[in-house]
Amino acid sequence: MKTNPLTIADTTFHSRLFTGTGKFSASPLMREALQASGTELVTVALKRVDVHQQQGDDLLTHLQHPQWRLLPNTSGVRNAQEAVLAAELAREALQTNWVKLEIHPDPKYLMPDPIETLRATEALAKRGFVVLPYIHADPVLCKRLEEAGTAAVMPLGAPIGSNKGLRTLDFLEIIIEQSRVPVIIDAGLGAPSHAAQAMELGADAVLVNTAIAVAGDPVAMATAFAQAVQAGRTAYEAQLAQPTAHAVASSPLTAFL
Amino acid sequence: MQSFKDLIANYEWQAIQDDIYRKSAADVVRALAKPGRLDLEDFKALVSPAAAAYLEPMAQRSHQQTQQRFGKTIQMYIPLYLSNECQNICTYCGFSLDVPIARKTLSEEEILAEMSVIKQMGYEHVLLVTGEANKTVGVEYLQCAIRLLRPHFAHIAMEVQPLEQAEYALLRREGLHTVLVYQETYHREEYKTHHPKGKKSNFDYRLDTHDRLGRAGIQKMGLGVLLGLEDWRTDSFFCAAHLQYLEKTYWQSKYSISFPRLRPCAGGLNPKVQLSDRELVQLICAYRLLSDTVELSLSTRESPHFRDHVLKLGITSMSADSKTDPGGYANPNMALEQFEIDDKRPTTEVVASIRRQGYEPVFKNAVGIGDF
Repeated sequence: MKTNPLTIADTTFHSRLFTGTGKFSASPLMREALQASGTELVTVALKRVDVHQQQGDDLLTHLQHPQWRLLPNTSGVRNAQEAVLAAELAREALQTNWVKLEIHPDPKYLMPDPIETLRATEALAKRGFVVLPYIHADPVLCKRLEEAGTAAVMPLGAPIGSNKGLRTLDFLEIIIEQSRVPVIIDAGLGAPSHAAQAMELGADAVLVNTAIAVAGDPVAMATAFAQAVQAGRTAYEAQLAQPTAHAVASSPLTAFL
Repeated sequence: MQSFKDLIANYEWQAIQDDIYRKSAADVVRALAKPGRLDLEDFKALVSPAAAAYLEPMAQRSHQQTQQRFGKTIQMYIPLYLSNECQNICTYCGFSLDVPIARKTLSEEEILAEMSVIKQMGYEHVLLVTGEANKTVGVEYLQCAIRLLRPHFAHIAMEVQPLEQAEYALLRREGLHTVLVYQETYHREEYKTHHPKGKKSNFDYRLDTHDRLGRAGIQKMGLGVLLGLEDWRTDSFFCAAHLQYLEKTYWQSKYSISFPRLRPCAGGLNPKVQLSDRELVQLICAYRLLSDTVELSLSTRESPHFRDHVLKLGITSMSADSKTDPGGYANPNMALEQFEIDDKRPTTEVVASIRRQGYEPVFKNAVGIGDF
């Protein structure tokens, strides 16, 4: 069963499962898992790419695939200024104006810095980048990013790498309701059921890395995530039946009519 | 810059209408059972004929959601008609250029006399109303009126002709808080037949008004359809889509919806579509179920019986004791009025009735002009 495709900045995606490339035990295994996931957007940390010797770069070699759009991310930068420099470097090296903005000055929890992220989004959008910022599940920040020209927002479901699922559920619901740009739930999704739940909520896509990369069998897990994302999206488009939440009161409000 | 005008181009009136009339009981039940936010497809179901059988559960949920957000309170406001001069011809309006009534625009002294009576009645939220006569009641006149009234009221709203963005920004700096502009009907062709002459005949300029308001930073905007001009279900869908667009785009503004049913007036147009009391309740509940936060307003066009009962069903603000003729509070003159009101009870009676329902009538709910 086909679901509606997703469009971000004039690019259409048929798979709503975006993937990361970190934490895999070996590049060939990563490639196999990404293939199994059916993904069309793959993020790669600029810090892990040898921008000067791309031909011999093991990671980039394993990321050559006609179906995959590469999304360089700025992981490791600490402020807006560094993020802009990293994005410019990535644009030159990888020939793409897409960038996943990650600014986390806190090395322990890798919490995204909202103020620097907003500043960097403003600067990068003006420079013609398609910006996908990784952020807290902060509804007001999402609206500010929209005004700054972001192409999508990527709120976290739980701390990155934590596998805890949608701990920010209430705020994600608000973001999804209000957003005028695609909402991609990024970080914290530890199981296919988390991904399905995000899609049922109406998220436009999810980004999964750790849960696939560190699974006992990453290829099988990638398949499971693909199925869960597809199932969740199909359910969302089919309009979920809901448990009845309201009992009918004994004194009718409309008896006067 | 994108505006609602671009979005509305994606909607085809007839297709939307067909969709609404095809909605089934199952669609209504599904919408009513949703624990989270409802969307425009749900709204279609809730305003559809199929939802008529679900009025009680709709009312229950609307009641519960409204109380949760707004508490057991009703915001009170009163209209202050500044002028009945108008260069537009509107088929349904008592101020229409072609209606032979006496014309009057209040002087500064007369505005202050109105203010004085209104203040004695206890009102702090005032709605300034005019026709469209740019030579006598242009931006400068409005600026002057707001400046005059600003020290006396906590909240100034305005229901006048659509203005330019810069003009709205100017009036906001003077202390204007809220602007109400009703599209009347979102049906482009039908709109033309009802507004054959005057600046108001420009459908697109009016449709763009809320975008200009949003860009000018106006803190609260009102929308609505003149119920009776066209198929109310379809028209209200467009209004709901407009509301959703605005809520997402100008996210720092508040919104209100009004439900004017076409009333007899000097112009004498008979409504094309009669909206029954049951249907109006259905519509009020549908808006509330779509949006927890939108303010829903009911004027004295409606009867005391209806207003008393419907205040529990989703309404959050009401006018009372209103005069629709300029100068009507200090010097009543029915020959000048826009339309005849139905609920003629004095404020004290309306207040007592609201209290009997277990609600608190709130007269002041703003720190000062332009603050909130």
